[in-house]
Amino acid sequence: MVFEYAAAPESSAIVNIKSHYNLFIGGKFVKGKNNSNYKTINPATEEVLAEITEASVKDVNEAVKAARKAFKTWSKLTGSQRGKYLFRIARIIQERAREIAVLETMNNGKPIRESRDIDIPLVAAHFFHYAGWADKLDHAGLGKNPQPLGVAGQIIPWNFPLLMLAWKIAPALAAGNTVVLKPAETTPLTALLFAEICQQAELPDGVVNIITGAGETGKALVEHPDINKIAFTGSTEVGRLIAQSVAGTNKKVTLELGGKAANIVFDDAAIDQAVEGVVQGIFFNQGHVCCAGSRLLIQESISDNFMNLLYERMKNLRLGNPLDKNTDVGAINSAAQLAKIKELTQAGSAEGAEMWSAPCEIPNRGFWFAPTVFTNVSLSHRIAREEIFGPVLSVLTFRTPDEAIEKANNTPFGLSAGIWTEKGSRILEVANRLRAGVVWANTFNKFDPTSPFGGYKESGYGREGGRHGLEAYLKAGK
Amino acid sequence: MLQNDPLVLPPLLSDVTSSESALRSFLFGLSGVDKVGVEQRVAELSTRSIKTTAKAEGIDLAIKMIDLTTLEGMDTKGKIKTLCAKARRPDPLDSSVPSVAAVCVYNDLVAEAKSNLVGTNIKVAAVATAFPSGRATLATKIQDTSDAVAQGADEIDMVIDRGAFHEGRFLDIYDQIQSIKQVCKSAHLKVILETGELKTYDNVKRASWIAMLAGADFIKTSTGKIQPAATLPVTLVMLQAIRDFHIQTRRMIGMKPAGGIKTTKDAFKNLVLVKETLGDNWLNPDMFRIGASSLLNDLLMQRKKLTTGAYSGPDYVTVD
Repeated sequence: MVFEYAAAPESSAIVNIKSHYNLFIGGKFVKGKNNSNYKTINPATEEVLAEITEASVKDVNEAVKAARKAFKTWSKLTGSQRGKYLFRIARIIQERAREIAVLETMNNGKPIRESRDIDIPLVAAHFFHYAGWADKLDHAGLGKNPQPLGVAGQIIPWNFPLLMLAWKIAPALAAGNTVVLKPAETTPLTALLFAEICQQAELPDGVVNIITGAGETGKALVEHPDINKIAFTGSTEVGRLIAQSVAGTNKKVTLELGGKAANIVFDDAAIDQAVEGVVQGIFFNQGHVCCAGSRLLIQESISDNFMNLLYERMKNLRLGNPLDKNTDVGAINSAAQLAKIKELTQAGSAEGAEMWSAPCEIPNRGFWFAPTVFTNVSLSHRIAREEIFGPVLSVLTFRTPDEAIEKANNTPFGLSAGIWTEKGSRILEVANRLRAGVVWANTFNKFDPTSPFGGYKESGYGREGGRHGLEAYLKAGK
Repeated sequence: MLQNDPLVLPPLLSDVTSSESALRSFLFGLSGVDKVGVEQRVAELSTRSIKTTAKAEGIDLAIKMIDLTTLEGMDTKGKIKTLCAKARRPDPLDSSVPSVAAVCVYNDLVAEAKSNLVGTNIKVAAVATAFPSGRATLATKIQDTSDAVAQGADEIDMVIDRGAFHEGRFLDIYDQIQSIKQVCKSAHLKVILETGELKTYDNVKRASWIAMLAGADFIKTSTGKIQPAATLPVTLVMLQAIRDFHIQTRRMIGMKPAGGIKTTKDAFKNLVLVKETLGDNWLNPDMFRIGASSLLNDLLMQRKKLTTGAYSGPDYVTVD
């Protein structure tokens, strides 16, 4: 081997993880009433990072009460005053970016390159974007003087812990709402660090409340009678339960759920960039991405050459210590998620698809899954229909653009899709016919706070990001 | 290692140079290059962190890959003498520093360079074919090249006719490269595309293919006289063309980015591109060269920092 990259780990000394975390309610860290705790770990090492409070129904009540109290004053502030706090939070996030990125990587397992270059810069960008909206709500397309909804209950997933928090909290606060947010059970640490940032920014008490816990805590939040709005990002399964639970109430709901996106590569695509886009589409964040390009639709006439280039490219993916600056593929977030990925890939092999995995050395401890490709996949296979939420690509071929579109749309989901072709007219035609909330052309997994994001069909409803994202947190004005 | 056997193209490629229209169809049938995508890939690879042992290895590898260059109107025999001394022994105080791969000079100074490098493995490369513009008759370009070869040049760095490229006379460029290749005899031929005048990545890819089909041993980005010279996305596009050519012909073509590579960091970014595009077989001076003049001193300063723990400074490396 020539010019092997030596270990280049980012130091974890910059983060200060406490041994125990309380709940953040009414601007203070308070003990849980049931004295029930659980441990959060680093999925790359299985080392325990901290003990986390499991919020009980009583704690949820306290948090909602604090948010309701704060709503009375927060909603009466002028937009520019609310914007001032949001700008302040955005700036603190930028100042503490390295610390936040390291903590995110330790608790989530994602490579530091991604938390440093993608997650945290986007978090700050979302706060800046909505800070700018706070005094311009009259121009959000919702009439004159639109009004906040009240208290928002927000439940976020573990795949982009702080980024999902930003997507939820920034528009809610800009619009004048107060929030009770529950981070995912396995990734609470950056949300708790965000609570400290709220204190540092002197955000009025109770405007943001962070309660930690698992499904029961989330259920208590969703069912709480004094909540005006539920925003959820996570699995379609839980999304369904939430929709049932709030049916017949006055609660507004937005759901951002699963996906099974098609990445369509036409024979006139820029091949090397398409290979790169497919790799980014499915192996970014270990495939723990709701809009991941998990189905590759490749035109038959170029499939042999394309697949060979894809395999060669995948051999260069560097799996390992997420804190190493040269790591491309980090750890799977939890033992449960790893079990799910294994179950679905075993089903893929059993159903007759052909499996190939990149030759990575798998570390002894922690949860890992090598980047994997299935060929000879039919649309009837589970790996072509169900969301794997892991670094697993299912490859299907097509002959004509019509066939590609038909196959791409043949899924209960509809969150995102990708088109690869050097022909502009084809991009426009295909994009119009794809039933997906986000369609990327000659790129994939590009996020921007100005752009709305959300799905069709079982991928959920409502939009987050941009002007559209405000609609989820405002009542239309006159 | 470079192959010296004559280029025999496989059936799929054997008739693509049979006529202007065949060559044009072939070049325009190559898949396109997406500008945003290639620049994004380069940005990502540029974040590779090269530390400790990798840094030490990378510095020595980069030194061994340098074509130490002087291409000035005021070049003199004296200048060539000092350049050759530097090429042999880059750091006079540290004999563990390897020699560079070659010195690169104008063709009237080849004999001077050769005589100063007797007893070493350092090659002498001569720029030829009416370098840098390439604006001369074929007869003149052939004469220019054979003069350099006659004086003992081991390598010829020729330029393509960019005017012909923009006029769409691709076969003329192909024919010219073939003619020069014949005159080179056993000297290795590096074909300079002058990518700063080709402007688009699609053009860079097409010109790379013309050069490789015509028998280039190396393809090279730039003369150093036109800005921008060797940018990382251009280098990546050329490396990918080399990879595609290798897949189809099994022939390994070398790569030489030249111009604008000034720092150790720049050099490492190039090495990373090679490693993650073509692999370890290309990570040696037979397959990859860096055309540079000021890079060597930065590599020497970084090397000293790594071995002694302290930065020296520009006054502690020679300015030859």
